[in-house]
Amino acid sequence: MVIEPRESVSVWRAGLAPVWAILASLIICAALISWAGASIPKAYFLLFKGAFGSAFALNETLTRSIPLIFTGLAVSVAFRAKFYNIGAEGQLYAGALAATFFGTGLITLPPVLMVPFLVVMGALAGGALLLIPVLLKTHMKVDEVVTTLLLNFVVLLVVSYLIEGPWKDPASLGWPQAASIIDEGVLPTLLAKGRLHFGLIIALFMAVIIWLMMRFTVQGYEIRAVGHNARAAAFSGINVNRTVIMTAMVSGGLAGIAGVSETAGLKGYLTLDLSPGFGYTGIAVAMLAQLNPLAVVPAAIFLSAVYVGADAMSRAVNIPTYIADVLVGVSILAVLCSVMLSQYRIRWRA
Amino acid sequence: MLGENGAGKTTLMNILFGHYQADEGDILVDGEMLPPGSTQAAISAGIGMVHQHFTLADNLSVLENITLGTESMWSWHHDQASSRQKLAGLIRDYGLVVDPDVLVADLSVGERQRVEILKALYRDARILILDEPTAVLTPQESERLFATLKSMTAKGLAIIFISHKLHEILAVSNRIAVLRRGAIVGTLETAASTREQLAELMVGRIVTRPRLSAVKPGERVLEISDVSTGATGAAELKNIDLVLHQHEIVGIAGVAGNGQGTLADILSGLRKDFSGSVLLNGKMLDAGNPRAIVASGVGRIPEDRHARGVVADMDIWENLISEDIRSDAMCRAGFIIDGNRARARAETQIKQFDVRCKGPNAQTRLLSGGNMQKLILARALSNSPSFILANQPVRGLDEGAIAYVQEQLLEARKRGAAILLISEDLDELMALTDRLAVMSHGRLSSALPTGERSIAEIGLMMAGHDDRGEANMGSLTNGH
Repeated sequence: MVIEPRESVSVWRAGLAPVWAILASLIICAALISWAGASIPKAYFLLFKGAFGSAFALNETLTRSIPLIFTGLAVSVAFRAKFYNIGAEGQLYAGALAATFFGTGLITLPPVLMVPFLVVMGALAGGALLLIPVLLKTHMKVDEVVTTLLLNFVVLLVVSYLIEGPWKDPASLGWPQAASIIDEGVLPTLLAKGRLHFGLIIALFMAVIIWLMMRFTVQGYEIRAVGHNARAAAFSGINVNRTVIMTAMVSGGLAGIAGVSETAGLKGYLTLDLSPGFGYTGIAVAMLAQLNPLAVVPAAIFLSAVYVGADAMSRAVNIPTYIADVLVGVSILAVLCSVMLSQYRIRWRA
Repeated sequence: MLGENGAGKTTLMNILFGHYQADEGDILVDGEMLPPGSTQAAISAGIGMVHQHFTLADNLSVLENITLGTESMWSWHHDQASSRQKLAGLIRDYGLVVDPDVLVADLSVGERQRVEILKALYRDARILILDEPTAVLTPQESERLFATLKSMTAKGLAIIFISHKLHEILAVSNRIAVLRRGAIVGTLETAASTREQLAELMVGRIVTRPRLSAVKPGERVLEISDVSTGATGAAELKNIDLVLHQHEIVGIAGVAGNGQGTLADILSGLRKDFSGSVLLNGKMLDAGNPRAIVASGVGRIPEDRHARGVVADMDIWENLISEDIRSDAMCRAGFIIDGNRARARAETQIKQFDVRCKGPNAQTRLLSGGNMQKLILARALSNSPSFILANQPVRGLDEGAIAYVQEQLLEARKRGAAILLISEDLDELMALTDRLAVMSHGRLSSALPTGERSIAEIGLMMAGHDDRGEANMGSLTNGH
């Protein structure tokens, strides 16, 4: 078997790769659904209906996609520079900690200032957390996959300590949660009904900003050059270490904003179940979007729809909600395969 | 097998060993056709190869390294006793002493090479290929190796010994095949050949220098004085002095890894940890700052196009602005790339340097080697640099592209640029340079007008003999 690169890859072939992947993963999961004894068309219909079938469902899907857009952007920026940030989960909680620290009464500003202030503080906290792994990488060549991944657990333990101890809300009736974000800092909801909040606007805005940055600015150029060929980048005069550190700050900052958005936009206060793995799912979002910042938005909405729809489907046809995790997992593998197949062809040879 | 770097020795041996597949032609072993492209077929036909860069697993013992791959993946049984016995026999027969139970990580380079040879013998090799086996050895280790090889041929083995060092080939071989630019240019009996004869065959007849027009050197452009980078190591510079003038091409000859790369790194702005001074047009070189160096009038052609010259996954226009992307001409407000202006300039450069491509938006990876080099020339030469660093500018290019690159360098010389040409190809250096210096072990000889030293003299200096051509290899050549 020989794998050889295709001479030129058309835009169509590259762009449709994730679509084929999603179709393939739906087919693979169909086998599991039928194994669980449910009707395949019915299950997929219910999944679709649960995600998009009503105003409430759509509202819920979009709400759930907000943190995924942020973490998806965080991962896609970092991976572009070949800086493998697996720690968006931890940076999300760092952002949530910052929102809680500054937003529960320490500082009070009018809402027009308070919300941006919390967003900036959350971004700084996320970036600061990622500073540890990135400096270890640039100065001591420590592998960032290990350090960013393990820091997630460290941060979760810090959060656990704070909300069980010094930051525990006395009004919480013993539940481990921090005090509520003051009204000035809460992100407004967008619609009269449902939980959809202003975080979506910030997320879409950031997706456009990151896209513009990657495509039209010197910084974006340098991030891409370092990611594709660090030695050639260094030869042309790009400071590789500085570029990687800057990339990490942007990446950590975006994940930090996800934490602010969830704390100040959705929940209102910090708990340990603030994120059911949004940081990790962000990796799937970025892969599905092939690291394109604009494609992160539909990818995040798709994965969010899978989770939200799977909830509804499992209630209706009695399949475990874990089918959503399987579908997401299979779709990532399928995307990796289909992206590879769009760049390479396989030839069989004796 | 004798030949300069890049003559095709390793390629030929890799074809023989099944790593590469030849476009045409057959290989016969004992009268039988060898199936192309199969290492396993080569091994079972009795061919063994000792690569220039060892292929040993550091974390395994000598015995484990040697038996690795000889046993079926599916057998549960591991017959260590018999493999140990076979290895002990080989060690005894050939005098290749090494402890079978020591980790390879703990072995010296010479011992590792013995393990590689044993590995081939263990697989019942009757034809042994040694690719530049002395490159990593001390003279004493080389001599022991030669003795071993002689005892092996006495026992009936056939050995292909690859080197670019004349004295080694003369010391160890029975017959010599000389390879130049991918072709066998002669096969001689060692006893009947002389060093001069071989040198001439290896590098080719001296090409006349028709194209170097007579231009008087002008002002001093580059002054390197007393530059050193570290005390030891063949690639570390030791008190380098060199002056380049306008209208002048100065060549540096030498075997790769003798400091040329280090000097090129310093002049390109990739290294700043050196002592001594480098003056460019009378001003201190902004060491360690490639963009400032380019802005001060330096054009750089890197040694490795693919690794350093271009970012293959980016567009052509993006590669053309990589060196001056932060300049006012190419970006607005200090950070927004002026894509229109960059593409327009790329368009002009593509035309001027005849880069064959679909346009500025085409992917760089789709360019052929020659066109990729033209792209690098376009970037390096289009704003008329006063100093040009050309490190192996024609390596791996076809004849047409070679002629183009050389013409561009001569054009720049005519215009008044000073050019430093680093090359391993003596033909090229003889044809293109006004003055020529030789680098060996981090030392640079004086740069004499090209032609004042003979090819043989230069060859000896490349091999580490000093400026006056006196042999100081001592023990290595004695007795053989």
